[in-house]
Amino acid sequence: MVNEEIVYHGRIKVPYSWSVGEYGSRFFYELKENKKIWATKCPKCKKVFTPPRKTCPDCFVPIGEWVEVGPNGTLITFTIVRYSAQIHPIPPPFAIGIIQLDRAETGLVHLIGGVEVEGIRSGMRVKPAFKEDRGGSLLDISYFEPVE
Amino acid sequence: MERVAIIGVGQTKYERNKKGETFADLVFEVVTKALDDAGIAIEDIDNVVTVSNDFWDGRTISSMAVTDACGSYGKSVSTVEGDGTFGALYGLMRLLSGSFRSTLVVSHCKGSEGSNHFITNAIFNPIYERIIGLDSISSSALQARRYTEKYGITEEQCALVSVKNHKNALNNPFAQIAMDISAEDVMNSRMLSEPIKLFDSSPISDGACAIILADERMAKRVATSPVWVKGIGHSADAYNLGDRDLAEPAALIRAAQKAYNMAGIKEPYKEIDVAEIYDAFTYQELLWSEGLGFCERGKGGKLIESGETTMGGKLPINPSGGVLSAHPVLVAGLARIAEITIQLREEGNGRQVDGAKTGLAHGINGACGQAHCVWVLEN
Repeated sequence: MVNEEIVYHGRIKVPYSWSVGEYGSRFFYELKENKKIWATKCPKCKKVFTPPRKTCPDCFVPIGEWVEVGPNGTLITFTIVRYSAQIHPIPPPFAIGIIQLDRAETGLVHLIGGVEVEGIRSGMRVKPAFKEDRGGSLLDISYFEPVE
Repeated sequence: MERVAIIGVGQTKYERNKKGETFADLVFEVVTKALDDAGIAIEDIDNVVTVSNDFWDGRTISSMAVTDACGSYGKSVSTVEGDGTFGALYGLMRLLSGSFRSTLVVSHCKGSEGSNHFITNAIFNPIYERIIGLDSISSSALQARRYTEKYGITEEQCALVSVKNHKNALNNPFAQIAMDISAEDVMNSRMLSEPIKLFDSSPISDGACAIILADERMAKRVATSPVWVKGIGHSADAYNLGDRDLAEPAALIRAAQKAYNMAGIKEPYKEIDVAEIYDAFTYQELLWSEGLGFCERGKGGKLIESGETTMGGKLPINPSGGVLSAHPVLVAGLARIAEITIQLREEGNGRQVDGAKTGLAHGINGACGQAHCVWVLEN
């Protein structure tokens, strides 16, 4: 009988090219070109969704109307991440929050920065800090920071 | 609904690194245990449901890779990628189709072989949420803060869940993390993602669980103490975290109501004798207790403080030690059903709730409890 436990080490690496869709493309184009955040509004229940939705999950109808939201918003909840992991966009400690942008009725998940993490509070008013070089992704906003 | 019973269960011991055993070894162990427990042979099973996840297994169509170990050659075998409670739900539905007499549901996972951060980061929409670096811990931390701040749940009340469940685990031979600790120990443990600390969190676990469901005729023929399915409910909420108020377990409230209506339960706190619920983090036991109607909304903290959910209380929750004491992903919900089955057969030994007649098992699927499945069982 062999007592050694042999372990096989492997790794799966699969490239993907995810379509962001028609509405996602418009959303990211506006972020990249105009530093504006756009949302969509359900024709039936009038709920405003960001990121923009093409159909209303509550009413199950197509959405065609676009509205500009934010750029300021309110921090609904947040966490300060203290552990290291390769998935993190920046090293710890850093903060992730859910921001309800003004005029939107859903939350946007993003990084909270521009402030010592100890100073972050739920209910805080925040605004986006746009990057100079923008390529059309959610990280065209570096983070949301407290409104002075 | 026609009567369906659970006639056999099997679990591995849950451990961090089961280096000596492959997935197939774990599956074979629990299937054999469940068959022995039911007093039947593999030939008596005509329908098999395997539960696994391709990311955790590190291979696609992972559910079909254990067909030999679960004795499913030549049988109808189909698969569920989700928590074990949902696999059992699917098995139940196949049984109710009338095409089968018996159903084996088996789930396996080895959390230690993959990477929790990579795999749970991949839950999220790659374009809008994954890119921010969310995983199971940080997303749950967003929910923990939202819930505790909205309803004034204290850090100590959350810590009491860890104290209770890790102590209960001392009586469960299958548990992985069993310890007698204080609320202070929990609050002083290493901060992972505020407000979640190490002892607020479930561990990385390896293990498997199997249950056998049978129709009434077969159950009455083979089982000495069948445990009957009295009610079941399941419901899902929005995928995007920002679409939900994370302090409100809306999907669980709907799932529980369906299960209670089916089982004829009007006052769950009074009528249920024992519950095993999916406490991946301490706050979840409190929030899910509210969703299950064990207390009013926002009173989960008061419920744990009352002591009524400890052993000897009015409604002991997680006598096994719960998911906090062993968290094989996907297996954990099926283990809740297995543990309630053990309770209702009065075979719980040190973790037995005396005279338990009606029990509840609960599982979740997706980030922050996006979907819930509730089982009401009776002996």
